[in-house]
Order: sequence, then C-alpha cells, then structure tokens
Amino acid sequence: MNRLLPLVVAVPLMGAALLVAVGRRVPRPVAEAVGGAVAAATTGLVVWLLLSRPVPDVEWVGGWTPVDGGPSVGIVLRAGPLALGLAALVSLLVVAVLVYSWRYFAEPPERQAGAFPALVLLFQAGMTGFVLTGDLFNAFVFFELMSVVAYALTGYRVEDPKAVQGALTFGVVNSLGAYFLLTGITLLYARTGELGMRAIGRRLDEQGGPDALVLAAFVLVLTGLLVKAAAVPFHFWLPDAHAVAPTPVCMLLSGVMVELGVYGVGRVYWFVFSGSGGIPAPDARRALVALGVLTALAGAVMCWLQRHVKRLLAYSTVAHTGLFLTGVGLLTPESTTGAALYVLGHAGVKAALFACGGILLDRYGSIDEHELHGRARRLPLVAALFVTGGLALTGLPPFGSGLGKAVTEEAGGTALTVLFVAVSAVTGGAVLRVAARVFGGLGARPTEEPSYETKGEEEEPETQGLLGRVPDSMLAVPAALLAASLAVGVVPGVAVAVGHAVDEALDTPSTAPPHWSVHGVLLGLLSTALAAALAAWSVLRPVPARPGAWTKPLRRVHSGHIGDYVAWLALGTTLLAALVLPGVLPG
Amino acid sequence: MSVLPYLVAAWLLLVGCLGLATSRNLIHAVGCLAVCQASTYVLLLAVGYRRGGTAPVHSDLRPGSRPLVDPVVQALCLTDVVVGATVTALLLALVIQVSKRHGTVVPDELSGLRG
Repeated sequence: MNRLLPLVVAVPLMGAALLVAVGRRVPRPVAEAVGGAVAAATTGLVVWLLLSRPVPDVEWVGGWTPVDGGPSVGIVLRAGPLALGLAALVSLLVVAVLVYSWRYFAEPPERQAGAFPALVLLFQAGMTGFVLTGDLFNAFVFFELMSVVAYALTGYRVEDPKAVQGALTFGVVNSLGAYFLLTGITLLYARTGELGMRAIGRRLDEQGGPDALVLAAFVLVLTGLLVKAAAVPFHFWLPDAHAVAPTPVCMLLSGVMVELGVYGVGRVYWFVFSGSGGIPAPDARRALVALGVLTALAGAVMCWLQRHVKRLLAYSTVAHTGLFLTGVGLLTPESTTGAALYVLGHAGVKAALFACGGILLDRYGSIDEHELHGRARRLPLVAALFVTGGLALTGLPPFGSGLGKAVTEEAGGTALTVLFVAVSAVTGGAVLRVAARVFGGLGARPTEEPSYETKGEEEEPETQGLLGRVPDSMLAVPAALLAASLAVGVVPGVAVAVGHAVDEALDTPSTAPPHWSVHGVLLGLLSTALAAALAAWSVLRPVPARPGAWTKPLRRVHSGHIGDYVAWLALGTTLLAALVLPGVLPG
Repeated sequence: MSVLPYLVAAWLLLVGCLGLATSRNLIHAVGCLAVCQASTYVLLLAVGYRRGGTAPVHSDLRPGSRPLVDPVVQALCLTDVVVGATVTALLLALVIQVSKRHGTVVPDELSGLRG
C-alpha cells in the first residue's frame, strides 16, 4: 500500500509530460480535460491513501532502506495524516483551479493549448512533493520546482508589462531565499553527514548542545522557508506577484503555496531542531512569534490601504500567514492544530475571494475599487459569494476559518487573542468595504487624485474579451470552495481528524480534539461585528482629499524595487539570527 | 581541511547579495543571483572534499585502495547546477520580456507596482 505513495508526485509529473508532448496536436478542450483528469486522479489517490488504514507513513523510494542505525543514502517520503491531508488540500484546490480556468485565457500560446494545464500539474507535483518529503535536500528540490513553475505561471501573460515585472521580482527574491535554504542544508550535512530530517535531528542531539554552526544553519534554512511564507520582512514579492498573476494562479499561490512555507518551518523545527542539539524552544518561539506578529500587523495595515482588489487580497494573505506563523511558532500541539485548521478554512475562502475578483476583472476590465464603484450591481450572485467570503475571513462562526482562529486564540493567550481579533477584523473589513462599494454602490464616489500606489485600472481581462455573462463554472467553483470552508467548521469529524493528524505528526500524546467553545464563538462574532463597523465607517464617512500622512512611510517601503527587497531579505536574516542568538550563547 | 573554501563561499554569497541590492541593470542582477548560487557549489564541494581523495568513480579503482571524495555532495551539486540553469534561464527570459514591454532594464525606472 505504501508503495503507491510516490505516485502522488509522479502522476502529475507524468501528466505534465504527456501534455507537453501532445499539447501541440490536440484541441484546447482535450488538453484542458486531460489536465483536469490527471489532477482529479491524483486527488483520488491522495484521498484514498488518507482514508486507508493504516495511513502510509514512511516510504524509502526505490527500496533504499537504511541498514539499522547506519547512515541513510536513499530518498525518504514521510507521509502521515498531516502531510497527506495537506497534499489532499493542494490537489483539491488544483482541481478547483482547473475547473475555474476552463476556457479561461484569451489565447494560450500559439498551438500550445497544453501549456497552462501542464504548468499547473507541475506545480501540483512540486507542492505535493514538498509536503511529503522527509529529506531536507529533496525539500529544496521540490521547493525550487514549485517556485520555478510559480514564476512561469505568474508571468504567464508575457505580453503584459506588469506581469513580467512582478514575475521577475518574485523569481529573484524567492530564488535567493532558496539558495539561503540550500546553504543551511549544506551546513547541516557537513555537521551530521545526513540529509533525512529525522536523521539530522538525531545526529545533532548526539553531538551535544547547539553552537554557532547550528544557529547559522537554522537561520539560513528558516530564511528560505519564510521567504516562501511571505513573513515580514521577506514578504515584498507577494503583493507584486499576486497583483499581476492570472487569477487562477493567485488562487493557488494564496490558497496553499504560501502556507506551505509555514508548514515547512514547522516541519523543519519539529524534526530537526527541536532536540537537545537544536535550538531551545523558548528562543525559536520568540523568533517565530515575533515575526508572525509583525507580519500580521503589517499585512493588515497594508491590506486596509489598498484599492487594487487583488493586492488587497494579497496583503490579507500576508496578514493571515502571520497568524498561521504565530500559531505554529507557539510550538504547542494545540496552537499547531489551530493553525492547521485555520489554513484549511482559509484556503477555500481566499481562493473563492480571488475567484470573485477574477470575475470582476474579466467582466469590467478593471480591478480598482474606486473605478468599479457601483458598477457590479447586476451581479447579485457574485456579490453574495464575495460578502460571504469577507465574513468567513473575519472568522464568523461556523466557518472553518472561524474555528481555526478560535482554537489558535485559545492556545495563544490574551495578548495574541487581541491580535487575532484585530487582524481578522481589519482584513475582513477591507473585503466588506470593497463589497459595499463595488457591488452595493454605497458611499460617495471617491474622487481621483494622483497617489503613490498601484491602482488596477485599465487592466486587460484575462478571458476572451470582456465577459458578457459569467460562465457557470466560474461561479460554481467559489461557491463550492466556500461550502468546503463551511464544512470544515461544521462537520466535527474534520476538526477531530486535524487534531489527530497534528498529534501524530508532532509525536505528542493525543490532546483534546479541537471544538467550538462559547468563548471562541463570541470572539468570532466580535471580530465580524468589528469588521462590519470598520467597513461601514469607511464607506459612510466623507472621502478624504488625500490618504493619511501616517501611511506614507509604510507605502514607500513597498517600492517595487528588486534591490530594496533583497536588502530587506538580508536585514531579515540578521534580525532572525539576533532573535535566536540567546539560545546558543554559553551560560 | 583548509578554511579558505568556506570563506570563499561566504564571500561569494555576501557579495552576490550586495550586487543584487545595488544593481542598476536587471541582467546584472540575474548574474549576481548566479554568483550567490555559485557560493552553494563552492560550499558543497568544500564539505565533501577529502585530502588526497579521488573522484568517486569506481570502474578503474580497487575498492579500499584510495580515499574517495563524498559522492553525495557531487550528486547534490549536479542537482543544484540543473536547478540553477533552469532558474537563470527563466529569469533571463523574463528580463528580455521586461525589456521589450517596458523598454528598459533599469530597476529604478520600473514603477508599475508600488505600495
């Protein structure tokens, strides 16, 4: 049964190869159907493995099982319910994206109808591989595979000047992060002679307490993963990439890829550095929670300031990954369970919101909140989906995002609860504000003034011309995604399964399964009420002549300049090292 | 084992980052990224090196007669080269497209995405 595990990565790879080989000769519907079928087959396989008993755990690819106690040279896949669950989430979202993008693009590259589905399948292979691998070097390889495909997908519309610019920034910053990651992995190999995560952890523990080399390796590996997770100050590539990437790609980037960075951080910490030879928990916790809080606050403020709807959603992703990072960074099973549930609920909601944004872009040729003011009154269904998504983002019970938020809050204590309520209220409020203006035409029409920001007017629609009516597939996907997010919160079995999966992944004795508490429901309602109040306040107040001066420094930091972003990355690495340093100082 | 290769690797990584941060030309920036990656090659090879060791090719070698350098890092290094070639090629292609669409490869003049 375990023998089927490598197929989770291999099937999409083979599907992509097939599409590249025959994509020239087949008509477009066939290529898209093949892509969808391969993705669906992979999803079926993952779900079947996840439901089988016992759940597959360890698989040495090609039978290179290490002789007991000796060094391992084979490639190990380490599944377990948590990794398989994430692989299932990735695969389900890939299927949703392929359905959403059915006949989506105006024109695929000339006589290459298979290009887009092939790239999406490669993306799926990279992400499932990253999730399942138990080997640090292979984690780097899969990290690069998903990154390179993501750059290509971001710059898919090569005729669009902004798209190529955003893809380039994305590419340079993420690749630099990947090389930091590889440097860290090499240092760990130099110290231990192992590449398997568990094996590295064991050898580090045998060699006594942490020293400067372990610290350097920890900081470098974490830098690479945090770039992917878009933690402040490594996050600058994300809004640029999301603003320009085709909408179906944004659904994948925001829905799962960014979260995989947080997953990687958790996995590397627990498997490699949590022992006596690694980084002491209080120091790792200080570093991760500090960066998480900073990310959540910066993301929320920048989200509120946007008028480009896709950028707004992108900053909301930054804010939420900050919350996930805080949850994982608390390094307790309860907080990790909460973060896992939150990721699960958030993936559906955020993908659905991007899908609605894509409908706006393709129906009206603009993604600017001010320009779209009142124009989308005749799309009641899209409006309903968008508002539902906004409410789910605030953590409204009984959505899965609300359950995840409540569980993480309970694990995090009072100060973090305030942060969680505030951040979800601001990001959800920004979405509700957009909904009120764009779909309801509420409030005064904002006046135009020159300003320092990306607006999103005069965008090219991604579909064949402007949509006359919205295709059913583009409406069904966000509806299904929101329903799935609702199911995460409503069906108790899901929360129990997630709790169990996290306990098993962390090797902790089983804790009480996550559930709704009165406390959590009330806090969820509170942040929804705050979000609604914020949205109402911003819509009803007179429109200010110019944006507040206090926002200027924060906006200037996001300069769109590659060099600045690289400098921030280096600064962030130093900051991370400073935060962890006390743990390795003697005495 | 001499400490020099490690210093070279660290130097390459830092000087590559400096070049990226201060670059005034996108092609130059992609080159700097390649320099950063070169540091990982140097580091990998330094880690696997054994004094007096020979290449890990067994065909004309009596087993146990001579020390070998670590074959694992060679495999890693080859993988790294493949990854690097892919990334550099894709990024250079994007730079060409930026140049066509914006008419410039100077990062300071690209102001489409701000705030």
